[in-house]
Amino acid sequence: MSEQFPALLITVPLISAFFITALGWRSAKPAYPIALLALASALFSSMGLFGEVLKHGKVSYRLGGWPPPFGIEYAVDALNAFVLVVISFVALINLIAAKRKVDGSFSGKSPAFYALYVMFVSGLLGITVTGDVFNLYVLLEITALTGYALIGMGDKHAPLAGFNYLIMGTIGASFYLLGVGYLYLATGSLNMGNLSEIIPTIQSKQTIIFAFIFCLLGLFIKMALFPLHNWLPNAYSYSPPAASGLIAPLTTKVMIYVMIRLVYSVFTPAFSFGHPILPTVFIWLAIIAIVMGSLLALAQKNLLKILSYIIVAEVGYMVGGFWLGNSDGMTGAILHIANDALMTLCLFLVAGNFIFVLKNDRLESFKGLIHKMPLTMAAFIIGALSIIGVPPTCGFFSKWYLIKGGIEAGQYGFVAALLFSSLVNVILFFKIIEITYFEPETKDGHSLHHHVAIPREEAPLSMLIPLAITTLLLIGVGLYSKEIVTGIIQHVLPTI
Amino acid sequence: MEEITALLVSRYNYWAFIVLMMVGLYGMIAKNNLVKKIIGMNIFQTAIILFYVSIGAKKDATIPIIEHGHHGEEVVIKAVDYINPLPHVLMLTAIVVSVATLGVALALAIRVYRQYNTLEENEIKSQLSEE
Repeated sequence: MSEQFPALLITVPLISAFFITALGWRSAKPAYPIALLALASALFSSMGLFGEVLKHGKVSYRLGGWPPPFGIEYAVDALNAFVLVVISFVALINLIAAKRKVDGSFSGKSPAFYALYVMFVSGLLGITVTGDVFNLYVLLEITALTGYALIGMGDKHAPLAGFNYLIMGTIGASFYLLGVGYLYLATGSLNMGNLSEIIPTIQSKQTIIFAFIFCLLGLFIKMALFPLHNWLPNAYSYSPPAASGLIAPLTTKVMIYVMIRLVYSVFTPAFSFGHPILPTVFIWLAIIAIVMGSLLALAQKNLLKILSYIIVAEVGYMVGGFWLGNSDGMTGAILHIANDALMTLCLFLVAGNFIFVLKNDRLESFKGLIHKMPLTMAAFIIGALSIIGVPPTCGFFSKWYLIKGGIEAGQYGFVAALLFSSLVNVILFFKIIEITYFEPETKDGHSLHHHVAIPREEAPLSMLIPLAITTLLLIGVGLYSKEIVTGIIQHVLPTI
Repeated sequence: MEEITALLVSRYNYWAFIVLMMVGLYGMIAKNNLVKKIIGMNIFQTAIILFYVSIGAKKDATIPIIEHGHHGEEVVIKAVDYINPLPHVLMLTAIVVSVATLGVALALAIRVYRQYNTLEENEIKSQLSEE
């Protein structure tokens, strides 16, 4: 069975989506347990695959028995396996927390929500596991389409945000497809391993350079690198909280993974970093993304908008760190994929709890929250410390590697941007925490008297337990950062 | 001038797809009506599909079905005589993707219309700024 893990990983959630929809016509009850089982099995498969890869090295799975480069290959090395575990874990944790939110907000449509949810996850897992550039495009679009639908299920401005995301996302995916076309023109192959053997032998690199630029441009739109980020804040902040806890931590991170995969395993590092200008341009784009993302976050008045702009800045961290091209920068970027997924998950779960109790996410309504929801606030503070980068939370360690890499590469602009964004995050989060210490005003405008206790009104247990697990992991991953780096990430990094 | 004409004529399939792509991109970005944006998106995707289809084609080549000899004798297969079927097969998938995208886009447009009672972007924006 263990040799079938790469296929089971994708097919179990995908098929369960059909069952959820089919059974959903009769009853909405089985939807949640089926989704839970499907994602638990995905987590089991990805953990099994991860153990297998660490023990025996790269796993290659031939879909339908066709040998590569003719058939579609699912190729798993330590980097994929690591990202797979992160994806399936985040998806499962958020699903547990989503139960009450889904019951509350769209009772009749809950089978549709769960079906889209598992399809989105199987798309993300597929993107990560595949070893074929065209298969990657198809899975990219499966993820994107289910993502648009999930966002569009929200109320008020969500459909419009979903529509704008759809337009931008389609442009991005089409550019990627065009890049794949150029790649196929030049090489006649679509298999990643095969491409990386053919590309160094090609004399005239012009077509390859255009393929490279088109693919990366498409991915930059999909990952919302700064000037192309316009779709992200509205899409993530208006989407239903049950969906944003899945989409926000994972989509951008998986796109970063795809960028790393293309640069390493398709275009080869010698070609990608060999170009005199492009890496420097990408680092400067990342610097601008970090600075502008942080500044725009400061200007927002809603928690979800703030978190969305922080994601824009964090994308800059990873893109910049990766294109530094030295081992510290890349270690930081890969470690930050996992760390940022956990931090964003933690903060979006917190925001989900706030919205569940308060019914909105405006900062001015947060007064008195520290007394009202002490447990959620504790998680919020730890998540905030991690985003700022305070040890022993995990955010510190990836930022440390990124800064070390920046100094080593002589990119002081990038180092300065990282420190600037940390400072902005300090201001941002302490402002929010300060508001929660204020006493809420009573209906006639006077503040409550001192010794009147504010009633506690915590989120339900099914939302607090996933949050507690995530928060503990923020510290746990931080404490074991060294083991993760030496045990996993060092195996992944190629020599340049 | 002659060189440019030669380039235009010999690579006309690429020029056609570039023009279509730009038309689509213009529609997606510059048009005010959401349905026109969707149409632009479809033109944009079709341009890329045509690009793929055209790179598989060859002059004087036939469809890639190998005819076996009637009496079991070996037939020599020359790849030059057949068009490349792979890009065409890939585009079957891409067409499915683009139809699905169209469906989701129209569904979202319906929800947008229910929310704002219009599909014109400037009118939606003025409603948003009134809030």
